[in-house]
Amino acid sequence: MALALKQIGIIAQKEFWDRIRNRWVLAVSVIFTLFALVIAYFGASQRGVVGFSNIELTIASLVSLAIYLVPLIALILGFDTIVGERERGSLDLLLSLPISRPELLLGKYLGLSGALAFSTVAGFGLVGLFLSYHIDLPALAQYAGFMASTIFMGMAFLSLSFLVSVLAGNKTTASGAAVALWFFYVLIYDLILLGILVVTEGQVGGDLFPYLLLLNPADIFRILNIFGLEQVKTLYGLATVFPESLASPWVLSGAMLFWIVAPLGLAYWKFR
Amino acid sequence: MNEPLIEVHRVTKRYGEVVAVEEASLSIRKGEIFSLIGHNGAGKSTLFKMMLGLLQPDSGEIRIQGEAISGERFRQVRRGIGYLPENVVFYDHLSGRETMRFLGALKGADPGTIMPLLKKVGLEEAAGRPVRGYSKGMRQRLGFAQALLGEPRILFLDEPTTGLDPAGIREFYLFLKELREQGVTMVLSSHNLAQIQEQVDRIALMKTGKILTAGSVHELREQLNLPILIRVSLEKPEMEPLRDALARFPECGLAPDHGSATIRCDRRRKMPLLTALSGLQGIRDITIQEPSLEDLFLGYVESPEGSGRQGAGQA
Repeated sequence: MALALKQIGIIAQKEFWDRIRNRWVLAVSVIFTLFALVIAYFGASQRGVVGFSNIELTIASLVSLAIYLVPLIALILGFDTIVGERERGSLDLLLSLPISRPELLLGKYLGLSGALAFSTVAGFGLVGLFLSYHIDLPALAQYAGFMASTIFMGMAFLSLSFLVSVLAGNKTTASGAAVALWFFYVLIYDLILLGILVVTEGQVGGDLFPYLLLLNPADIFRILNIFGLEQVKTLYGLATVFPESLASPWVLSGAMLFWIVAPLGLAYWKFR
Repeated sequence: MNEPLIEVHRVTKRYGEVVAVEEASLSIRKGEIFSLIGHNGAGKSTLFKMMLGLLQPDSGEIRIQGEAISGERFRQVRRGIGYLPENVVFYDHLSGRETMRFLGALKGADPGTIMPLLKKVGLEEAAGRPVRGYSKGMRQRLGFAQALLGEPRILFLDEPTTGLDPAGIREFYLFLKELREQGVTMVLSSHNLAQIQEQVDRIALMKTGKILTAGSVHELREQLNLPILIRVSLEKPEMEPLRDALARFPECGLAPDHGSATIRCDRRRKMPLLTALSGLQGIRDITIQEPSLEDLFLGYVESPEGSGRQGAGQA
């Protein structure tokens, strides 16, 4: 069935404006701004200084923050998108209109992605503007790259939350699954990989390790940002474990794109 | 008027072990008001949802205007369909007008029709307020208004009078008449039979997923042959003359009650019985009570097989 762009646009607009109206966008923007300001200003205090000094370290700190915060925000944003309408009873009314299920799903995804992107740009962008007085153009480009990859990571987790929302039988299950996904990808995944490496003394999975990192959108986000920063790369010792062939921004972006498209595609297939 | 607009052919829907709709067949004609009647859980809403393409039948086929209920061609048909779900739910934070704007945009309705529709259902004053603050009756009215977006030619109304007060219900049926005059085909479901009796052209009785019978109220009366009740009030509380007169009608039952009596009789014996009664002395008045839709429904539904207590008066 051909997709009707008009219908997708109407749904996307409603989802976006709903998040503006209920101040979701404002709240998330403020959270991002505050954290980014604090990190930018106090990030170097371990070394005995405060103030806006080193952009590379600032970005590295922001990456660590975003890796916790953004997946959680995205998962919470999307988990009830379908199951919520179903449970409330408004889904039947929507689907009785001349709109197909893929159009509804896509419209909601675009609208919520828009809200997430808008909050990210507003929140981190404000700090970026502030930083632009203190740093040069290449550093600013790096900061822009950080913002863009933050949006993409958010979209990947939003995509996962849509899959949860389509599969879950009720909102409680969906919220549980969303939190479980966050625990798994953000807290546990790296620990498991590290645990395997340590226990087997590097015998198992050593070569596979970099590829396994691509199976986690949060790790892709980390690598995307850290690899551009020479100073930080050495600091993390990443250069030694991660093969150059995989470190290309294209490969990493491709992997991230897969994480945006695949769960959403699966959600579409199950929702049909 | 007679061409079939909605055709349901041997449709079955199961939820695991439970058969929600079983081998249901219906033919709904253009321009009529058709009502599905049955208890809660009889399968009305499931059948509704299948007719709207919200649920896929396990087997069987449904066609509206000759089109199957899926695909791009049905999108066109769907533009001409209005639907009021049972216990309609809206977005609490949107106002009545915003709700109409959103649903109307999806339906491709002219935005200029929104306020007139809200006015028509009596929500003009409340149009700007969030739905959160609406009463149940107001939500139902908004539900009806949104079903009318885009000037539909077919309306599906699932328990449309739920939550309406008596004045609202009367108003609602006036709308239906108006729409019927414009040639709109309407399918409604109800468990309130007394209310719907005078308003619909044809009905289908449903029980545990099966359609027991379908036809006009008159046809169903004939078909089911439920007994009529003849109430006779007497000048003096003497039953003997009445008993003598009824001797020729052994199948009719007589229930005396303080100076009056109720005769329960096969409707086909109505005229001979009335002739016999009219010759009697001491009768003050006679009233004839036709079986109501309620009686018809219970006549069907209460029998174990759902096949009807056919000809109870003949027993």
